[in-house]
Amino acid sequence: MDKNINITVKVWRQAGPKAKGAFETYKLQNISQGSSFLEMLDVLNEQLVNKERKEPIAFDHDCREGICGMCSLYINGHPHGPDTAVTTCQLHMRRFNDGDTITIEPWRSHAFPVIKDLVVDRRAYDKIMQAGGYISVNTGCGVDANAIPISKVAADEAMDAASCIGCGACAAACKNGSAMLFVSAKVSQLALLPQGKVEAARRAKAMLGKMDELGFGNCTNTGACAAECPKSVSLSNIARLNREFICAKLGD
Amino acid sequence: MIQREELLKNGKVVAAIPEGPLAEKWTNYKAHQKLVNPANKRKLDVIIVGTGLAGASAAASLGEMGFHVLNFCIQDSPRRAHSIAAQGGINAAKNYQNDGDSVYRLFYDTIKGGDYRAREANVYRLAEVSNSIIDQCVAQGVPFARDYGGLLDNRSFGGAQVSRTFYAKGQTGQQLLLGAYSALSRQVQKGTVTLYTRYEMLDLVIIDGRARGIIARNLVTGKIERFAAHAVVIGTGGYGNTFFLSTNAMASNGSAAWQVYKKGAWFSNPCYAQIHPTCIPKHGEFQSKLTLMSESLRNDGRIWVPKKKEDAEAIRAGKLKPTQIPDEDRDFYLERRYPAFGNLVPRDVASRAAKERCDAGFGVNETGLAVYLDFKYAIERLGKDVVAARYGNLFQMYEKIVDDNPYETPMMIFPAIHYTMGGIWVDYELQTSIRGLFAIGEANFSDHGANRLGASALMQGLADGYFVLPYTIQNYLADQIQVPRFSTDRPEFEEAEKAIQDKIDRLMKIQGKRSVDSIHRELGNIMWEYVGMGRTKEGLEKGIALIADLKKVFWSDLFIPGKKADFNVELEKALRLADFLEIGDLMARDALMREESCGGHFREEYQTEEGEALRQDDKFSFASCWEYQGEDAEPKMLKEPLEYEFIKRQTRNYKA
Repeated sequence: MDKNINITVKVWRQAGPKAKGAFETYKLQNISQGSSFLEMLDVLNEQLVNKERKEPIAFDHDCREGICGMCSLYINGHPHGPDTAVTTCQLHMRRFNDGDTITIEPWRSHAFPVIKDLVVDRRAYDKIMQAGGYISVNTGCGVDANAIPISKVAADEAMDAASCIGCGACAAACKNGSAMLFVSAKVSQLALLPQGKVEAARRAKAMLGKMDELGFGNCTNTGACAAECPKSVSLSNIARLNREFICAKLGD
Repeated sequence: MIQREELLKNGKVVAAIPEGPLAEKWTNYKAHQKLVNPANKRKLDVIIVGTGLAGASAAASLGEMGFHVLNFCIQDSPRRAHSIAAQGGINAAKNYQNDGDSVYRLFYDTIKGGDYRAREANVYRLAEVSNSIIDQCVAQGVPFARDYGGLLDNRSFGGAQVSRTFYAKGQTGQQLLLGAYSALSRQVQKGTVTLYTRYEMLDLVIIDGRARGIIARNLVTGKIERFAAHAVVIGTGGYGNTFFLSTNAMASNGSAAWQVYKKGAWFSNPCYAQIHPTCIPKHGEFQSKLTLMSESLRNDGRIWVPKKKEDAEAIRAGKLKPTQIPDEDRDFYLERRYPAFGNLVPRDVASRAAKERCDAGFGVNETGLAVYLDFKYAIERLGKDVVAARYGNLFQMYEKIVDDNPYETPMMIFPAIHYTMGGIWVDYELQTSIRGLFAIGEANFSDHGANRLGASALMQGLADGYFVLPYTIQNYLADQIQVPRFSTDRPEFEEAEKAIQDKIDRLMKIQGKRSVDSIHRELGNIMWEYVGMGRTKEGLEKGIALIADLKKVFWSDLFIPGKKADFNVELEKALRLADFLEIGDLMARDALMREESCGGHFREEYQTEEGEALRQDDKFSFASCWEYQGEDAEPKMLKEPLEYEFIKRQTRNYKA
């Protein structure tokens, strides 16, 4: 059964991109274990604003149902916290015990600079997508949706790859700061479908080229990305990306 | 105040609907509309606010056509727009299941589902373009669910007797949005679309009676910036967060719509808000939002409450488990009341039926504000694996939040605010009552009448963005090719920016004692209590008075910490709440005016003996069009009569 707990949180506070940051410690009483992790931060912010008349902790969040990819946070050394296969917004306080100290940091990645406190700039992922994360088709050019049958296996596999929410946990978790899991998820999704196969090689090259250019590191197959991915996007996508990339290079 | 005199005939609003038989209107329109040649398209700028299904698809399509698009969103990426959270699916009249579907039937179901309060011509066009949406999405690589033969699968949804809903697991909105986001990204790469992320529109700029730009706040720096264009499109979604607790994302807001209303755009049917029947019940005072469980669950889940009051009481006290109640003591109230549609009645009907049972004392959960959605029968019939394949991710989500396993014990659900059918008034071309200002997706009012059917929001957002606006906006822009780009140094921009700066200064200077959220929660309670599922004249009048009092508290006792020219979330929220307080007031006024029950609007004074909604077609067969009259003046209401030329209005009946 859920009960109320008392906890201590250590939070990274940083006034702006160029400011020097530091951890601040806060005590929280009577947090219901039925509340979500972000609701715990809401309670802390309400306390900061209402009682202490201070600026609240800035953190990214939006849908609060695990799909928009807006929430982030390194919690006790794990992106999206200690649970597997959930985003921070789906993490609940019943995962923590009375008396716990919880450490909260922003994403750790060179390519995601801090904007304020726990908020980071993830526009680099948009730029990788812009480099080639699409099928080149204009509105109105689609043929009848059932004209090209696609095997259920391929469609399901494409769907699994497509479940990536672009949160950035993979790059934040990677010791090299690589965005390979993110890139491979999109490359795989589209390469698995006949519509996307046509420009698969070009896509892989363009997206990887942009990833390198933006300062993301390289992949050394450690697998931290897949282990921390809130949507369980599989490492096999990286293998498929490598295949597409080598084919593309051989064609050069 | 009225910007477009041609929209008023004999004091009534007309929507510029093309002549001719229903099925030919859109074809005829497209054949005769004005177009812009490719060389001129490059000279024309369009501002699109919002990057959800409607905004992103419109931005991508207009970019592909060669216009220059400035596309704004409040999140850090266009892919985060709240369309992403839609779970169940998207409707289309493909009739791939050979079960009798057609464009006409989708049109008919949508009109009927909307309780005969939507505009015929718009809805027919929506049904007509629905099939192109599916073709477009498949071409973009949207991984819709397929059968073993490699062809697309469908599921059924509330309010329809055919299976016309296309889906991608329980993440259809995500996949459709990512499709539109991909198309948008391609245009950004090509340079036709310029993206402005973490920007929030704060006002509309009108020059010589036409929408020519916006004032926006850079949410990272806090700087107020000016943007000019030949036309402005609002695609910023609905205003459900007026209720504080809703299924909307935390940042979803009605402010862009409200700003254009205050600049003269009519706001239609604000009282039509959809309460979704299958949400996870509220669990505590700290709760920040309500989580929706897809309507698709009603395909296989059976909804019930205990038949005996003492059982319900024992459950509430924690002395009895739902699994201990035998079938004969369970009241499957939807199947009992609506044999023809059963658990698949439309959302408004299902929500009201749940409220009726809970009000009568049969509710479960500690609060008594929940009903069961049970998969025991589906698991017996189909096996656990099939149920897991269909709903696995939803069950996982439920278990994470509630800490109960829905494979073993029934889910608990309760209605919550989900979608707003009302919105900015638009004509057939999706143009508002301000020239050059368009509204698309949930932000407009046009297609769902008083109630939206499940899987139709995605359809409308993409219809507007891919297939309607890209045509109709050209009919406007064709006359603008001689208009040079405007300088943002013009006095109109100067004035609009100053007004915003003054408003922000005023908010920052209050330095009172109340946080934004504490006032917003209070507004939510007023809305739910008096402008919620069951409305009365007395309740609405009380609600209006309470909102007015709360507005005074807001403007006198608010506290915003930090600086205005900085990343300041409290200031962002305060600006939105200032508008929610006014939107709540207009919702209540509209509900008070509408002395009938229809769709999502239920006035307790107007119901049948069996408790069903009772429309007053002779008096209220119109869309209300509210016109702003100034800060302290009552808004004026105009009417757009809803004449049904092609179908006969009936009492909605889901019983037989």
